[in-house]
This record gives sequence, structure tokens and C-alpha cells, in this order.
Amino acid sequence: MEPINDQTIIRNFSIIAHIDHGKSTLADRLLELTGAVSAREMTPQYLDKMDLERERGITIKAQTVSLAYQALDGKTYRLNLIDTPGHMDFSYEVSRSLAACEGALLVVDATQGIEAQTLANLDLALENKLKIIPVINKIDLPQADPQRVKEEIELLLGVDSAEIMEVSAKSGTNVHIVLEAIVKRIPAPSGKKDNPLSALIFDSWYDTYQGVIVLIRVFEGKIFPGMRIKLFASNNEYEVNRVGIFSPAAKDTEGLSTGEVGFIIAGIKNLRDIQVGDTITDACQPTIKPFPGFQELKPMVFCGVYPSFPEQYNPLREALEKLRLNDSSFTFEPENSVALGFGFHCGFLGLLHKEIIQERLEREFNLDLVSTAPNVVYTVTTLKGDIVKIESPDQLPPPQEIAHIAEPYILASIPTPVKYLGEILKLCEEKRGMQRDLKYLSPEKVVLKYEIPLNEVVWDFNDRLKSLSRGYASFDYEFLDFRNSSMVKLDLLLNGSKIDALSLLVPKEKAYYIGKGLVEKIRKIIPRHLFEVVIQAAIGSKVIARDSIPPLRKNVTAKCYGGDITRKRKLLEKQKEGKKRMKQVGKISIPQEAFLSILKVS
Amino acid sequence: MKNSDQSLPGLYIHVPFCKSKCPYCDFYSITSLSLIPAWLSGIKKEVLIYKDRFGYFDSLYLGGGTPTIISEPDLIHLVDYLFTHFYFSPDSEISIEANPDDITQEKLKLLRNLGINRISLGAQSFNDYDLLYLSRRHTVLQTRRVIEMIRSAGFTNLGIDLMYGLNGQTETDWCKTLESAVDYKPEHISCYQLTIKKGTPFKQKKFKPLNESKERSLFMSTSALLEQAGYLHYEVSNFAREEKYICRHNAKYWNHTPYLGLGPSAHSFSPNQRWWNVKSLNKYCELLQKNRPPRAGTESLTEEQLQLEYLCLGLRTSAGIDRRFLNNLSALKELTDAKLVSIKGGRVVPTREGFLFADSIPLLLSE
Repeated sequence: MEPINDQTIIRNFSIIAHIDHGKSTLADRLLELTGAVSAREMTPQYLDKMDLERERGITIKAQTVSLAYQALDGKTYRLNLIDTPGHMDFSYEVSRSLAACEGALLVVDATQGIEAQTLANLDLALENKLKIIPVINKIDLPQADPQRVKEEIELLLGVDSAEIMEVSAKSGTNVHIVLEAIVKRIPAPSGKKDNPLSALIFDSWYDTYQGVIVLIRVFEGKIFPGMRIKLFASNNEYEVNRVGIFSPAAKDTEGLSTGEVGFIIAGIKNLRDIQVGDTITDACQPTIKPFPGFQELKPMVFCGVYPSFPEQYNPLREALEKLRLNDSSFTFEPENSVALGFGFHCGFLGLLHKEIIQERLEREFNLDLVSTAPNVVYTVTTLKGDIVKIESPDQLPPPQEIAHIAEPYILASIPTPVKYLGEILKLCEEKRGMQRDLKYLSPEKVVLKYEIPLNEVVWDFNDRLKSLSRGYASFDYEFLDFRNSSMVKLDLLLNGSKIDALSLLVPKEKAYYIGKGLVEKIRKIIPRHLFEVVIQAAIGSKVIARDSIPPLRKNVTAKCYGGDITRKRKLLEKQKEGKKRMKQVGKISIPQEAFLSILKVS
Repeated sequence: MKNSDQSLPGLYIHVPFCKSKCPYCDFYSITSLSLIPAWLSGIKKEVLIYKDRFGYFDSLYLGGGTPTIISEPDLIHLVDYLFTHFYFSPDSEISIEANPDDITQEKLKLLRNLGINRISLGAQSFNDYDLLYLSRRHTVLQTRRVIEMIRSAGFTNLGIDLMYGLNGQTETDWCKTLESAVDYKPEHISCYQLTIKKGTPFKQKKFKPLNESKERSLFMSTSALLEQAGYLHYEVSNFAREEKYICRHNAKYWNHTPYLGLGPSAHSFSPNQRWWNVKSLNKYCELLQKNRPPRAGTESLTEEQLQLEYLCLGLRTSAGIDRRFLNNLSALKELTDAKLVSIKGGRVVPTREGFLFADSIPLLLSE
């Protein structure tokens, strides 16, 4: 295959949408209609490679696919679909994918209307100056209300309603019109192919056989096998071995020219040698103006991840190392807890990111894990004037050395039907939120913006938001800044011994209430023992809440004959299994659940 | 108690018929007595399946249901058939469960003649209110008469089965029942705390579970009263006047001695294997008709499973378990410190209070 000479037939675009609004199904139809994948080969959500992505219906790693489309004008266009993850934990990946495009399809569910991630992704697309093509999906559903959704979009984008397409990605209705709109409305890439090479790295991953595979968008010049290239950030030089596109299977080409999107393999051994957002140029004839690069996101949410069985410590470390190969946004460091033994302190971009990593560890690596309640990163200014980052409560310096503690704040945007507004306002206030904006998208729908401490959100915010709005409100956030607040360390004691993995940093004014809730929760989780178990919540040496689990007075089955023996043994086997999964602290058995229970204190 | 390797297997026959169902009982039984002949021919077929695998027994236990419901000729036929196809050692313990309401002088005579030498009497209580509460078909007076009849018929091994922890029964009431039983000097007394089983009428209503302190106190008083009266508390719910009156057949369940159970819903154990029959007389007969064993399930026990059973069964008996068997010494120390077990002659045995935690201790001692 030859590189494309005529830039005017190239269209680079993404699909952006709220989770479950049908982004991947629309992508499937586009692949099918352009013949990239036959209906027979099609598995739903073709581009979502990982099992986990397909099951959760979300896209984690960006993918790209080149489609050949013969338009009504008779010309065959090269449409490059650059897939984006749908969740804001991955906004970093979204923004770098969008930087490779000229346009974006904004998919909105006809039954749901605009949601949190619709807004967040739209903001990113507009920042990247993309041409937006609004598409209302799922018009075939009985509850669909495309008219209302159209009004919301008109209000939001200020576009003419005639520009908004109504499709059903599932049945294929009107999807061919979307293909025409991509050709007609999205501009062809600019840039000169005679200029020195300037290509943007927008994704990369590690392949066991090929080494690092780099996804690029060529903005100026061309790239071809045998060429010596230079990476701006590291100043390293490599020789290009292979160049190609995904259609959707990898296909080698003679090169990639201005405006094209594809992959290169250049003998790069380590993913860390590559920086996404970096510029690739010709080593012999470098361009003078590299791309500004992307800001690297730092983990904001931390938690301890421990193997349920000590012998899984090394396999866990190997698994973490493997996952990190393809995900530079999470961190891990060994740590040791009195209650949980040896494990790792891990940092994640956000809650979903954390869940996904944990699930991949359990599923792909067959590990049995206990993870502690998530907490956020704090900055502590000591009286000496040092600034220390605190990633877990036990890193906190002694109280007498602390000048002040600052916690991260986020800007939450919450679109919701108006009828749940009152309840949601109450929730946001309870979570120490400050209202910044309240905007009506339509008479029935409103978007709330709140500044909230991230700490309040990692607890149970999303669950409660979903339950009080019956699932209709959605939530997304971006990081704002660190602000001073009065935090205290809350400890939990069982029969007088502190359980380090259950310590928490909490706002001082809520400490009593949280302590009480925590004690109550733990009381329900720890099974009864042959002795009394006293549970206390304390700040320093001051106990602020106490409860106890009375001892078992009796535990015996009256009859045990023939048939009951099998039943009894099976029960005992189950209990034994359960006991293995409990953590022993002194004589007390603590179910793993307890280490997460802090999440659900409300 | 004897060691499993020295004992012969026991034979259990399940007689799944009752005049009426007791509301707390979850053993398989039906009230269509017309099906007795079908059941009997089923048992005979099942005997043939096992007669080569199990040749020699030293106990026979006719349980139910209500075994005494069977007519005289049928009973004779059954016992003759068993004695023809299996061997029983001369000193075999041959027990039958009986209810006070269907015992007659004639029946007792027949039982004696058949070689039955032990009667397990479902007296349940010596208080008429309790009997009413349990919907039993007999009165205390009937029980008293039947016990005298049993004795005068020449039975020297009598077990009285009692139930406690009933609603409306005070601890004093219960102790009176116990004393009434002790007055007859039965060789064996079983005291079962009323347990509410799934699918019984008691589960649906009527019974309000007692609190743990009350249950505990009843258990401790029972054990104390009967030991005071000279009985050995040899299993959680079982007491014997002398060691030789320990129920040989039931002990096999707790000692990993093989036993063969015939009849619908009966369970069997033969080294490292357990199997159990279907819980339906129709199904039972149907399978035997097709010359298939009437089993609902089987399992082969791994060494680990056998050990776990040894632990949980052994710790329900006063014989306890071999100390060398335990590796979790810190748990053992905690339990001896808490006086739930003691160490006697190289064995770990539960204390009276330890019996109360028979379901917790194996888990604590296992690793």
C-alpha cells in the first residue's frame, strides 16, 4: 500500500459520548458499512479489544481504524476513526486522541439526553477546535424522545436542528448519512507533505513480539520504513522498521503521509522511552516547532492492594509491573500493613481507573486481592515550611509538626432531571460542596456544577447520586486545585489495638459522625467470637465512638446423624474457606469486606 | 468408644411411615400406609445390591418415621429377610424406634421374639402441655404405662428421647421432665434441643427461637442434672447410664465406622465414601425396579475431608480426638485456657462448656 498523496480524501475523526450512549455500536456499524469488517466477523463492540472493555461496555485504550468509504460524489475517502475512552478518569487519553482529529461525532442517547460525560467530552473537543457533528442515537427505542434531545443539543451547541442527525446504530437506520456528513462537514487535514516530518504520538502500547507500537498522526511531511527519526522529549533516535494502518487488522504500508493516522514500530524496547504527546521528526532534517505535548496526569486516588494469601505477593508484583507497561498513569509502591501484611500502595487517576486495574489483576492474573478504602492525595505543610505529599493516612507527620493540610478539590458537573435537583443539592452540601453554576438545558433538565473535595467523592458519592435520582443523574469531574482544610486522622481499634489499614483522614467537623458510622458498620461485619470484641474509633488518644460485639454463648447443632454429616462437613469447608479469606489481627478474624466498609458509611 | 478399625459396620433401615407428621420433624416420612408393601419389596431389592459388599454387622437400627407402625407379619418378614441375607454378630445391638402411642404388649412380645434388644422411645416430654405443643399423639400417662410394659416385657436396654427448649417450657418444667425420666433408670437418654428445620410447619410459625443465654443455661443444667444422676455425657445430646449402654449404632456415625442405610433418604458410609438415597418412596421403588441403586448422590472423601470430619465429629463426643492430630497449637492453648477443651491421656476432649461450642471449635483448631 502506498501513502495517500491526495490529502483531500482523508478525514480524521473521533466518536465522543457518555457511557452506554452507543459509541461502540455506532463504530461497529461504520466498520460494517464500509466493509472493513464483514457482518459475519463482527462481534459486538469490535474495537474494544480487552474482554473487560467489552463486558463493561467501555473503551479503555484508544484504538484506531482506517476505513475506505466511497461517497456519493464517487470518490473513495480514507476515514480514520480514532476511538476514545468514554470516562473522565481517562480524559487524558480522550484529549490525546482528539488532538489527532479534525472532527468528532457527538453521540447522544435519544432516551437519556445530555449527560455528564457528553459535556466533559464536548468541552475537550471544542478545546481542540474540532468540527462537531451531533448524532442522536437509539431512535428506535420506544422511550426515545429525539425532539427533546434535539432541543438540548441546539441549546448547548447553538447549532441548527437540521444539522443534528437521528440514527439507530443498533438497527443501522441512517448510519450511511453519518458517513456522508463525515466527508462533507469535517475538514480535510491541512499541513504540507513537503515540510520536514512532524508527527504526534497519541498512543502507544507494548506488544510481546513487536516491542513498543506507537500510534501517530502525521501533521507535516511523511514517515516510511528505514527512516531515522528523532523523538523530541527524549532526544532519542530510532530507525523505523514498520509503518502501517489498522483496517482494522494491522496492514503494513510504504509510509504515512501528511494527514494520515497509523502505527510505526521502530525497535523501541521500553514503553517508558516513549512519551505520549511527544513529536516525532526526521532525525536528519528536524522540524523546528514540536507540539506542546500533553500535561502528564498524576494519580489522585490511592489505596492499598494486598494479596489475600501471602504467597501471591510476588505474582501480584509481576502483574502490577505488566499492567504498568501499558498504563503509565498508575503507580505502585510496596507497603506493609500490620493487619494485611505485605502489599502495594497504588495510585490511580480516579475511581473507575482503580476498579478497572483491580478487576484486571483479579481476572487476567487470577489473583485474590484485598484492597483498602481509597483515599486521595493530600499536601501537608509542616511548621518548618516543608511541603509533604501524603498518599495514605499513616504517612501523616505527628500533629504537632503540621502547619496545615490541603486536600484536592474537583469541579463536578452533574446533569440531572429537575425533579431530583433538591435531593442532589442536599447531597452536594453534605459533601462539603460549593455551588458554582446551575444551568437549565431544558425545562426538565439542569446541569449543576459544584466544587467538592475529591475525598468526599471517593467515598460513596456516585452510588448515592445514582440511587437518589433513580439512575437519571450522572456525574463527571475535573481536578481543580489543593485547598487548605482541617483534617484529622481517625483510627479504628479492635480490643485496644489499632488496625492501621482502617485509618482514615477525615474533615474535623465530620469526624464524630464518620467515626460513629464506621464503628456501627464494622460491628455488623466482624463475626461473633468466643470473646467480646470492642470496637473504638479514636482521634489520637481520644475515643469518639465505641461499640462491642457480644461473645457467642453457644454454637452447636443438636443432632448429627448420617445425613447431617455431609452437610456439616460442607458447611465447615465453606467456613474454613471463609476463614482463609479473613485477616487475623491478634485473635480477631476480620473479613476482607471490613477494609472496604469505610466506603459506605453514610 | 471403640476405634473404627475394630468395629463392624452397622445397618440402618429407614421406615418412612407415620400416622401423622410431627410439626418439627424433617426426616423423610409419609402417611400413605398403603405403600408399605411397595417399600418392603424395595428394601428387599436394595439388600441384594449390598449383600456382598456388606456381609457382617454388629448393629441394626430400625428408624423412621415410625418403625412400630409396620404390621406384625411385615415386620417378621423384614427382620427374617435381613437375618437371612446379612450376618450379625451374636452380641449385636438391635434397636427399634418406638412411639408410646403404638406400643402394645403383643407388639413388645413380637419385638423380643424377633431378637430386638434395645428400644428407643420417643417420649419427648413428661409434661402434657409440651406434648400438646409438639402435636404428639400420646399423653404422659401413656408414656409411663408403655415404659412399664417395656420393662416387664424383659427389655434391659431402654433409651428415652426427650426434647427441650420448647416455647412455654420453663427450666423448672424441663428439669422435672428429666427427673421423671431418670426415675425409670433408662440405660440411655437423648436430649435434643428443639431445632427449627427448613420446610417444617414449625419453621413457618409457632416457634419463637430462644435467646442464646437461655439455650446455654438449659444445656448446662441438663448435663449437670444427668451427670449428677450418674449418666455419662458422651455426646452433645446423648447420655448413657454406663459405658456399655452407649448406643453402639449411633456411635458409628461419629467414629467413622462404616454403616449401610437402606430405604428412601437413608445415608451410608463405607471407608472414604458417602452416599445417600433418594428422598421419595416412588423414586426409590422406580429405580430399584430398573435394577439401579436408589441413590441421589455419592461422594468420595479426600484425606483432608476425612480429617475435617474426624475433627468435627470427634469433638462432639467425650472421647474427643487424638492430640497428635492437631498442629494449630496456639489455638489449642487458647481453647484450653478458655476451658472449652482439656487434654486427657493424649486426647483433646471437650468440656461441658466445650460441647456448647462444638460447631466453633473445629474451625478454630483447623488451619
